[in-house]
Amino acid sequence: MSEQDPAAAFRVEAADVLDATEQALLDLTNNLSSRELIDCVFRGMHTLKGSGAMFGFDALAGFTHHCETAFDRVRKGLAPATPELVATTLSAMDHMRALVEGGSDELEAAGAAILARLQASLGSAPSASAEDAVVQTAPPATLAPGAAPAAATTGAGWHIVFYLPSDSMANGTNPSILLDELRELGETRVTALTDKIPDLADLDPVQCHIGWNVELRGSASRADIDDVFIFVMDDMDLFIEPLDSEEPAPAQAAAPSPPQAPSPAVATPPPPKSQPPAARKVRPVEETVRVPAGRLDVLMDRVGELVIVQSRLAQLAETGVVGAAGELALRSISEEVERLASELRDTTMVLRMVPVTALFARFRRLVHDLAHETGKSIEFLTEGESTEIDKTVSEQLADPIVHLVRNACDHGLEPADERGAAGKPATGRIVLSAEQAGGEVLITIQDDGRGINLERVRTKAQANGLIQPGQALSDHELMQMIFHPGFSTAEQVTNLSGRGVGMDVVKRTIEGLRGTIDMASQPGKGSRVTLRIPLTLAIIEGLLVRVGTGNYVIPLAAVEECIELRGEDDIRSRGRSMIQLRDSLIPFLRLRELFATGTPPDPFQKIVVIGTAGERVGLVVDQIIGSHQTVIKSMSPLHRDIPSFSGATILGDGGVALILDVVQLIALGQQREERLRAVG
Amino acid sequence: MSSILTVDDSSSVRMAIRIALSGAGHTVAEANDGSDGLNKARMAKYDLIITDLNMPNMNGLDMIREIRKLPIQTGTPIIFLTTESDDSLKQQARAAGATGWLVKPFVPDHLLKVAQKVLGR
Repeated sequence: MSEQDPAAAFRVEAADVLDATEQALLDLTNNLSSRELIDCVFRGMHTLKGSGAMFGFDALAGFTHHCETAFDRVRKGLAPATPELVATTLSAMDHMRALVEGGSDELEAAGAAILARLQASLGSAPSASAEDAVVQTAPPATLAPGAAPAAATTGAGWHIVFYLPSDSMANGTNPSILLDELRELGETRVTALTDKIPDLADLDPVQCHIGWNVELRGSASRADIDDVFIFVMDDMDLFIEPLDSEEPAPAQAAAPSPPQAPSPAVATPPPPKSQPPAARKVRPVEETVRVPAGRLDVLMDRVGELVIVQSRLAQLAETGVVGAAGELALRSISEEVERLASELRDTTMVLRMVPVTALFARFRRLVHDLAHETGKSIEFLTEGESTEIDKTVSEQLADPIVHLVRNACDHGLEPADERGAAGKPATGRIVLSAEQAGGEVLITIQDDGRGINLERVRTKAQANGLIQPGQALSDHELMQMIFHPGFSTAEQVTNLSGRGVGMDVVKRTIEGLRGTIDMASQPGKGSRVTLRIPLTLAIIEGLLVRVGTGNYVIPLAAVEECIELRGEDDIRSRGRSMIQLRDSLIPFLRLRELFATGTPPDPFQKIVVIGTAGERVGLVVDQIIGSHQTVIKSMSPLHRDIPSFSGATILGDGGVALILDVVQLIALGQQREERLRAVG
Repeated sequence: MSSILTVDDSSSVRMAIRIALSGAGHTVAEANDGSDGLNKARMAKYDLIITDLNMPNMNGLDMIREIRKLPIQTGTPIIFLTTESDDSLKQQARAAGATGWLVKPFVPDHLLKVAQKVLGR
């Protein structure tokens, strides 16, 4: 698909317009009399109709036209904006979304139903009958349809007298162009009429006072002449009669005067659109990222600098590195390239970043609908919407957040009476917020509902055989049960949640993004889910380590500290694999054993302590090489399912290093520790 | 050839106009609403301005009125886009200083014809 495809551009634009209009509609719910919002909704529909018709989205244009007509009544104050109207218009928006993708017979029926509801919510007054509510299509080839009353051509030609409106030159009408147009219609004889030119004292130099008398010979039709004057016809003095006719044409007999009726060229009769719109095939739409132009400029600057450095390098290669000065030059080039590469990386990375605004916006609609379905009164707040995140990540986050927001609406928030009894405001509150913290984005979903009942979690986990009766578990461990596959605490599966997508799926998705999920809850006060997502998926800061003869990368974000594995710790803890780190005991894994390297251990082994979400594990490695900018390559399909590795990267010397999967390794370390504890 | 400014909040319409006119050898600048259009009209002389009427920030009518006050755009033809053949709107736009109009939806030929009509040969 070429970038020069307006239809593709329209699809992207339509999605934006629909989103913006939907937001305006949602705002309108709280502020039904806002003219600004009503105008905004109207403008959105207007754009969809106008542009839709231009690029062949006829079904969309037709449907939107009806909605626009209906909403125009609200805009003109003929009908009030009501919650029902907004709700119906919202479903109309959904319908338009579907129409952007393509029309079908079922869609048409659904559209008719929505329009009927729209009429109903506006009161009875029918705003548009089926016939007149049709998008007008201008005739493609000519300016005016050739249906003018005097369209018949005469053999001889026309006598034309015209005076332009006095402001026409200021308004961009050039009389000489009009005369040229007449000359193109046939042989002409033009005389200027100076009778309307005022005395010099009264003359306004920017006004057109001259009139013209034109004898046009040839076969031009009356409509051809009307076309010439189409833009000025309503305001000008125009007199047209056939040449050599004995009597002047009846309509123009009474001297030059503006036509009474709108000119036929203007009032394009709407061609009735009788055929149902042909079903449009859904074409795959190429994914695009919209980038602010300023960012591209920065990128261009960097590339420009790179080209300069490259020519410096080429020059140096030509002369050869000679002596200290040469080496200095080479080093300076190397430093320059390093700086540029890192800046290019940052700049390019930022190209993929989009603010979470769009991601968050859709949840307003979700909460609005959920509040309707559950009959709860819910206030939805968002914070940190300008936080930016990789576009792919943003898309993949949508489903997990939908689930979490649904959960909060459905299970978290209590019905109004229960809230009243607990001394809380009747309106429940859900806050969705984003903030950037280092290389991560934190997204939290917080509600002020009933919180998570840990006793019910325990009962449920026991019933499902996830834990033994009486097993000692910390509150945190109990909370983790929620993320177990198939776990659901809701006693009744309602329409909203419990559709088979459990918290385990949410957790898996988040971990697939190399993120973590954590849940905190205070009974009676509410719950908070925190998602920590790395800013981007493509490049991470890593710690390069050696185990045996292989190199491995540990994501630096997970590394807490590096310590030496002292010989006595190694021996004393052989049975338990635990190390005392200040006042806590940390289990550790010997990567040499885990990866079965088969080489003798380095005399000074190190422990890299990694942790996420409060869980910590030590990894014993032979050597810590240092920090490493890691470009993540995914594993081949054959190796994809190997646990402990999340990907691979290529090192500066061309070698390959595997990237350790921190979450998996921590889980493994904790499991081993639990097993050992159980045994001894 | 001619230098043309297109003012529309719909990027797909601007793209369609740009493709049609640049195909005929014209240079096309774009503005995405009335105030953007007015700013661009202050900076450079155009041979033709094509504008939508219903836009955020500054609507087309207000923009046309303001542009007509700019000495640099004296006599610049201004064509407005209109969805229906709404006569009262057409009158308002003419009174504001527009030269002519183009009914949406339009095809490239139609647009070129109108542009040529006010630009001359």
